[in-house]
Amino acid sequence: MTQSPTLSRRQGHSGTALPRKSRQRGADARAGYTFLLPWLLGFIALTVGPMISSLYLSFTNYNLFEPPKWIGFDNYATLFQDERFLQSVGVTLSYVVFGTPLKLAAALAVAMLLNSKRRGQGFYRSAFYAPSLIGASVSIAIVWKAMFGDSGPVDQGLSFFGINIGGWVGNPSMTMPMMILLTVWQFGAPMVIFLAGLKQIPGELYEAASMDGAGPVRKFFNITWPMLSPVIFFNLLMETIHAFQIFASAYIISNGDGGPAGSTLFYTLYLYLRGFSDFRMGYASAMAWLLVIVVGIITLIFFRTSKSWVHYSGDAK
Amino acid sequence: MTTTATPVQPAPGATAPAHNPKSESTTAKRAKSTIFHAAALLLTCVVLYPALWMIASAFKPNSEIGGQNTSLWSSNFSFDNFATAMDGIGGVSTLQFFTNSLILAIGAVVGTILSASVSAYAFARIKFPGRSVFFGMMIATLLLPFHVVIIPQYIIFQQLGLVDTYVPLLIGKFLAGDAFFVFLMVQFMRNLPAELDEAARIDGAGHVRIFTSIMLPLMKPALISTSIFSFIWSWNDFLGPLLYLNTPDKYPLPLALRLFVDQTQSSDYGAMIAMSVLALLPVLIFFLIFQRYIVEGVSTQGLKG
Repeated sequence: MTQSPTLSRRQGHSGTALPRKSRQRGADARAGYTFLLPWLLGFIALTVGPMISSLYLSFTNYNLFEPPKWIGFDNYATLFQDERFLQSVGVTLSYVVFGTPLKLAAALAVAMLLNSKRRGQGFYRSAFYAPSLIGASVSIAIVWKAMFGDSGPVDQGLSFFGINIGGWVGNPSMTMPMMILLTVWQFGAPMVIFLAGLKQIPGELYEAASMDGAGPVRKFFNITWPMLSPVIFFNLLMETIHAFQIFASAYIISNGDGGPAGSTLFYTLYLYLRGFSDFRMGYASAMAWLLVIVVGIITLIFFRTSKSWVHYSGDAK
Repeated sequence: MTTTATPVQPAPGATAPAHNPKSESTTAKRAKSTIFHAAALLLTCVVLYPALWMIASAFKPNSEIGGQNTSLWSSNFSFDNFATAMDGIGGVSTLQFFTNSLILAIGAVVGTILSASVSAYAFARIKFPGRSVFFGMMIATLLLPFHVVIIPQYIIFQQLGLVDTYVPLLIGKFLAGDAFFVFLMVQFMRNLPAELDEAARIDGAGHVRIFTSIMLPLMKPALISTSIFSFIWSWNDFLGPLLYLNTPDKYPLPLALRLFVDQTQSSDYGAMIAMSVLALLPVLIFFLIFQRYIVEGVSTQGLKG
């Protein structure tokens, strides 16, 4: 930037260099905003605008037919006395807290198994990835419900080992394990990302560790984990945020009401029911904003704590 | 590995081991390989079982799906379930649902390709004031739970009289609404050499020329992954159609499936599962054809499933 005047003088058009530069800059600014226009329009009309208005609506009583009525913090205050709301928070948290680490542990374990120069690796990788592509669909939710239903194949399989559950779908204490199994089944997407990360770790590190007599456990904690930590961080952040937003599977498996006994009343499902069944749109907006705040705080905590365990290759350790 | 190492072994007779180290390492290797494949194959069976069970059940009579049957085989395989499923639901044929899904998915692909590539070009290749601020905001929308915008969006589209049309479902795609794809293309373009545009500029090409005749052709891999994923995401989308579509003849497949479940309520499991298979068929076919692209796309760009 600062060199360019001297450069252009050397090239022999010192007189026109500066105006041309600024004209170029003006043209670039115009071109930049022209090219950015689709995203900018969408960002303002479909993201920022709606975010502001849902923040406003969260302080009102609004049913889509009468004008919104300002009620201050009433919606937020009511939320914490609403048993169904508290239940939806509990359901979602247990899903996030148990489902996400299990899914990532499975993803990492399988990625480490596959991380070798063996034949068939590509086939296994594709086969394990496939559920991630279809797992969140309505079709799979229907199949899951059928498989875990009374005397469905899962029950049949377990009774072979002497375990009798007698239908997961209708049993409020078994629906959560069933939902967690559904997300763990989709371990393929983070696995593929882990696998790409594992391939970046130089083999010499492991060879050197072997010579020093390190076993597989030490190698994992002293090489694999720190070297892979940026990828682990990425997967953990993305999977956690997605887990909060599960909707279609919960809707189908619970017939759209969060049953049995509210055991699949996920946060987004309750938000949907409040907003679009009861038309309590102010209340639902308050729920939506609370979700944004919670996800924001979690993201912040992740980034803050990441400094202590995420190592980037440029870091001096 | 070991074979190249053996010639460098100490001279014969140095310590004279009782057995040949070379043969031991190959048998150990073979054993390890067998264990690996056994474990991986077992896992493959477990992972693919739900999908296989779904396909097998679609061909079985109702009596064999719920009852004492974990096996994937049946002596009574038939296409009856598919025939029932193709009849559709609520007076609308399944073919119509297919067409609707296809219109939405193709619209999503076209809209995303057009808008995301143009916007990504601005982020990656043009210097303008405010660029890094907007880029940061775009990244932030990747993490934003989109539930925070659905209520006001619904109100807007309702007041514009656009509920029960495809406009609310497609307009976001034409406005680069899936930030993931913009990000993916920005990353891709940043890796293309800057000399390309500089050379074109010296030749007097403007941004439009550079974008259409230099960037777009080079971006093919990114455009292909974007097309595949935006097609599949649109095909599987449930919440959007659930919010905006009221009349069954406009339903895409996931919504039709829900209607089917509501109306038959487990009385006809076979047809329900057959319809689930039909609804996933394009995704499965896509996966079989493009699995290379899909899995590579995930591993290099961190796309979710």
